[in-house]
Amino acid sequence: MGDAIRFLLGEDEHEISGVSPTMTVLEWLRGHARRRGTKEGCAEGDCGACTVVLAEPGGAGGLRTWPVNSCIHFIPALHCRQLLTVEDVAAPDGALHPVQQALVDLHGSQCGFCTPGFVMQHYAGWLAGSLTDRAAVKDWLAGNLCRCTGYGPIIEAGLAAGRADGPDTARRAATARRLDTLDDGRMLDLRHEDQRWLTPRTSDELARVYADNPDAILVSGATDVGLWVTKQHRRLTTLIDVTRVSDLAEIRDEEEALVIGGAAKLAAAHGPLARLSPDLGELMRRFASIQIRSAGTVGGNIANGSPIGDLAPALIALGAQLSLRHGDRERTIALEDFFIDYGRQDRAPGEFVAAISIPRPGATSRFACYKLSKRFDQDISAVMGAFRIDMTEGRVTAARIAFGGMAATPKRACNAEAALIGTAFQADAVERACAELAADFAPITDMRASATYRLESAANLLRRFHLEVSGAPTSATRVWELA
Amino acid sequence: MNERPTPSAHKGAVHRPVIHDSAERHVTGSALYVDDMPELPGTLHIHVGMSERAHARLRAIDLQSVRTAPGVVAVLTAGDIPGVNDVSPVHAGDDPIFAEDIVEYAGQPIFAVAAETLQAARNAARLARIDYEELPAIITLDEALAAATDLAPAPELRLGDPDAAISASPHRLSGTLHVGGQDHFYLEGQVAYAIPGEGADMLVHASTQHPSEVQHLVGCMLGVPDHAVTVEVRRMGGGFGGKESQPALIAAIAALAARRTGRPAKLRLDRDDDMVMTGKRHDFRLDYELGYDADGRIQGARFEFAARCGRSLDLSNAIADRAMFHADNAYALPNAYVHARRMKTHTVSNTAFRGFGGPQGMMAIERAIDEIAFALGRDPLEVRRANVYPADGSALTPYHMAVTDSVLDELTEELAASSDYRTRRAAIRASNAESTAIKRGIALTPVKFGISFTTTHLNQAGALVHVYKDGSVHLNHGGTEMGQGLFVKVGQVVAEAFGIELDQVKITATTTAKVPNTSATAASAGSDLNGMAAAAAAQTIKARLAAFAAKKHNIAEEHVVFEAGRVRIGNQEMSFAELAHQAWMGRVSLSSTGFYATPDIHYDRATGRGRPFYYFAYGAAVSEVAIDTLTGETRLLRVDILHDAGRSLNPAIDMGQIEGGFIQGLGWLTSEELWWNDEGRLRTHAPSTYKIPTANDRPDDMRIAIWAKGENREPTIHRSKAVGEPPLMLAISAFSAITDAACAATGYRAFPRLDAPATPERILMAIREATGRAGKK
Ligand SMILES: Cc1cc2nc3c(=O)[nH]c(=O)nc-3n(C[C@H](O)[C@H](O)[C@H](O)COP(=O)(O)OP(=O)(O)OC[C@H]3O[C@@H](n4cnc5c(N)ncnc54)[C@H](O)[C@@H]3O)c2cc1C
Ligand code: FES
Ligand code: FES
Repeated sequence: MGDAIRFLLGEDEHEISGVSPTMTVLEWLRGHARRRGTKEGCAEGDCGACTVVLAEPGGAGGLRTWPVNSCIHFIPALHCRQLLTVEDVAAPDGALHPVQQALVDLHGSQCGFCTPGFVMQHYAGWLAGSLTDRAAVKDWLAGNLCRCTGYGPIIEAGLAAGRADGPDTARRAATARRLDTLDDGRMLDLRHEDQRWLTPRTSDELARVYADNPDAILVSGATDVGLWVTKQHRRLTTLIDVTRVSDLAEIRDEEEALVIGGAAKLAAAHGPLARLSPDLGELMRRFASIQIRSAGTVGGNIANGSPIGDLAPALIALGAQLSLRHGDRERTIALEDFFIDYGRQDRAPGEFVAAISIPRPGATSRFACYKLSKRFDQDISAVMGAFRIDMTEGRVTAARIAFGGMAATPKRACNAEAALIGTAFQADAVERACAELAADFAPITDMRASATYRLESAANLLRRFHLEVSGAPTSATRVWELA
Repeated sequence: MNERPTPSAHKGAVHRPVIHDSAERHVTGSALYVDDMPELPGTLHIHVGMSERAHARLRAIDLQSVRTAPGVVAVLTAGDIPGVNDVSPVHAGDDPIFAEDIVEYAGQPIFAVAAETLQAARNAARLARIDYEELPAIITLDEALAAATDLAPAPELRLGDPDAAISASPHRLSGTLHVGGQDHFYLEGQVAYAIPGEGADMLVHASTQHPSEVQHLVGCMLGVPDHAVTVEVRRMGGGFGGKESQPALIAAIAALAARRTGRPAKLRLDRDDDMVMTGKRHDFRLDYELGYDADGRIQGARFEFAARCGRSLDLSNAIADRAMFHADNAYALPNAYVHARRMKTHTVSNTAFRGFGGPQGMMAIERAIDEIAFALGRDPLEVRRANVYPADGSALTPYHMAVTDSVLDELTEELAASSDYRTRRAAIRASNAESTAIKRGIALTPVKFGISFTTTHLNQAGALVHVYKDGSVHLNHGGTEMGQGLFVKVGQVVAEAFGIELDQVKITATTTAKVPNTSATAASAGSDLNGMAAAAAAQTIKARLAAFAAKKHNIAEEHVVFEAGRVRIGNQEMSFAELAHQAWMGRVSLSSTGFYATPDIHYDRATGRGRPFYYFAYGAAVSEVAIDTLTGETRLLRVDILHDAGRSLNPAIDMGQIEGGFIQGLGWLTSEELWWNDEGRLRTHAPSTYKIPTANDRPDDMRIAIWAKGENREPTIHRSKAVGEPPLMLAISAFSAITDAACAATGYRAFPRLDAPATPERILMAIREATGRAGKK
């Protein structure tokens, strides 16, 4: 088993051992590597000032690259990868990269503190060929905050960089070959003081290691777990990293269902979910940011049991099934049954999320989901509503309505559903169902919204669904589609 | 060669869109902020232990386990302070560094731990045992008003006889508007790095807009004269007013740790601690009562404001005063009364924030005008234009200052035309009739913003310029760089003066050792003041050079002309470097200070009369929005801005200020919500819960123009105008447009009483309430 993290920092090979495995990449960069171009603006993945790029062999060009928030990424995430920071972007002779040059020429920096993060996010976009048009650039920037510029020049710089020549393919291939030699295919077992970090490589290995260490904490994208360390300042002892379990990250487009592996990245699931339903695509577009989606997983979003997670309500409404594995045993439950109470899920010690299976809505189904938050981009939902009805011969034969942000768990609106079954889904029935929501939910007041607003807007989301099912174009119901 | 470029053709000249001097460093990550500086060996890291209660008596503070925790080098409390335990910027004695007997907000520092690592300091701090005896806490502004917790007497402004004018008016209205506060959310949090020197000396690298104040307050805390303390700042990662008075606390704690341990000590707040511990924009309650005629002309107005100051005075007096000075915004009020109470609450002490109370002050009249227009069935723009200050200088402000430079009539009409406002408004109203869930709104609002510190003595600045014998120039001044481009602008001024390229001017870190007794870089006045001071210093050196050259070449001084890269001496020419070298050989001093004090301003706070402002900055914006009446979600669809930057020193920098200011104002009025729970704990203390605008909140269709005719009537630096704060208030147009759209949701039958920030929730609730009223009609 490996006991050191081996990676490339820019072009230089590095090895880290003998330090806490829950040290963040940002801490390592600023404190140990003394690379201080990368900034900390929040230490919770929300501002993008700490954005860096990771690369690993694979993907279309032989090298897959993606941006991450170094502030919440633990250093084992570097293993067998290349880490690129703002110091790596200009040419060795100091010539600015097109991304940098465009930011300079277009006055894209004022105080400059956010700028390294924007440089890296644009750079990641340039590497990935994602800076195609204005809408794409703005989505690409959802996780980067700038308090000075108002963004206009930064968006323009992204567009300009998108028009520049793409990356050098030969160099990328060479990097991929170097990275290949770093990976000996073995499980990492890092120990430091009372801490231990394990990276099983197959589902079977994970099942065994986790069954042996049932008290261990599973870490996937660490977009939640990272914050336990950087915000709650918790000391985590045994951690099992599921991101290197390659067969757990698979996504299978089956005829009846979309099956998403427990460790599949949100970014990887985005396309398949969008094909299943455009609303799921829109939900994913607004789910956190590219950086978070490049790290975070669908499994983590379910397993965290959050009452305000975005995917659970949508997938519950679609009738998703959850597969859980412990040792050699695997069981499958309805997704809604996983959520027992606040902070309690139907998951035994040593058991992990193996897959989520989402049935494709049939021809008789209508599905929509809506995320409601103070800000459109990168915001946790105040209310997340998901609606699916099946109609045969003008009558509602099945209704699945689920909400996030309305209870201690993601939860179905059983009374409202019942009020719709058998009706022709007309205004009066919808009004009755809206009234039933008060029987289904007793939401709380917090900094995201009051209980009154939650109840009222939840009902209005059902009304919006009704308008859309009744034929209203989305341009008349979805204000965010207006530009 | 006889070809000579014209003066404005060289790269450093004023009025040109020169890039920010640090831009290349920003994009390569090589711009150093305080936390990026290499630490000296032995540097300690500090974590602050904060109050968990909003209001309590400290029965006992047990720090024994903190002291013995691993890595801890020192634990500091009020008792360790050699000098004064106060960092009040106005010496009110009400801003203790560490609480002694009483805590007055959740987040107030009680002690600090200095340890070998930040983690060790943080871990140790958690071991503190603090015994609180809870006291009743006043959290909201309305609670404070009910308990009459006024921190200071509120002065009044009075023009004419407002009460008589209101009662004599054919129409009257009154209302109340709550406007929320705002966190600065500078991307770089508060940070200071203190390095003890020999004897009593202390060097502090601080992220501050006000090095002289940090110097003085650190000196008071240490019980040493100002001369023992040096404060230096090369750049901040954003300030926006949040680094005007607040950094003194951070620097004082770092300096105390450095003094007590003899080791360098750094205090950098993480985002949560920063947001919990440091002050924000004041939230206001605005009550207004107006009388107006059938054309919407305001006859008389009464404004009763109340500001939530938080636990101490800080800069609240000046901020509430500025709110009063902007109660009229752009409108001539023949009779007016303005009053602003300064209320104490058991929450963090609020502080300076871009606009400094001005934005809050303007909100009342902008709301009232929308309401007048609604009541009269008119286009609000007509009502606005009927009331704007006339160009002829005949109108007085409520503080009896004649507005002699108003361009409001011309500017608003030009913008109305260029934005096609009237046609669009008609189209929006027509389309709203066809649309049920989504309604649109549009509004044009103007801004008039007074430029100068209203505390007159602060309107001074100093600069220091050295010309080296190779012709290169070292520039230093009292202003600080927080991203606003002050350094490059002042650099341009000096380059222009000497006729040299900007890259020959080295722009250097602000330090109290080079230029003393400086004012905060604030009130938008940075380039006005420091530009003039630097120009004065350059002028002194130029005069010496000219005298030297004239004498040497035996010609009159006026025949020595500094041009782009060359100096013309009669019919000869030499480079600036050659002349500098010759002057040095001729034993001429090539170093000078420069000083500037804004002329002609005065203000008597007791009578509420004077000329507190040297001039006004003007601008106007049109915003078009769409709202979802089912959820209250909003999109800003298009923005047109016309802003008067005078003769802009650097149009690129100024465009950045305009756009950035607008978007920051948009956040303040829409998505940024500070939310305290019943116990007085701020629950929105990180970007996960506190939502500043993102790239997607900026409309694609944003048309910003610097007014081509702009020119300062006063002899400011190259006739430019201050531009730091005024554009923030252009975002009031978005708030008015949202109000217009919400009004459409009632079928234009009731005026919605929308408060700020206009979150989806507030919009939905305002629509519901207004629809209810419309139904009763
Ligand atoms: C800036 C930011 C923005 C965010 N925005 C959103 C948003 O818009 N919508 C939203 O819903 N969420 C959001 N989140 C929350 C978070 O990103 C998601 O919940 C994400 O899907 C978590 O996945 P992860 O892989 O990072 O989980 P991790 O942090 O690695 O783990 C989360 C939890 O799941 C457990 N776990 C992980 N994998 C498994 C598994 N296979 N089996 C069993 N348990 C497992 C872990 O032990 C942990 O308890 C945001 C977070 C941040 C930091
Ligand atoms: S520091 Fe803000 S996202 Fe990492
Ligand atoms: S330039 Fe200051 S935060 Fe972006």
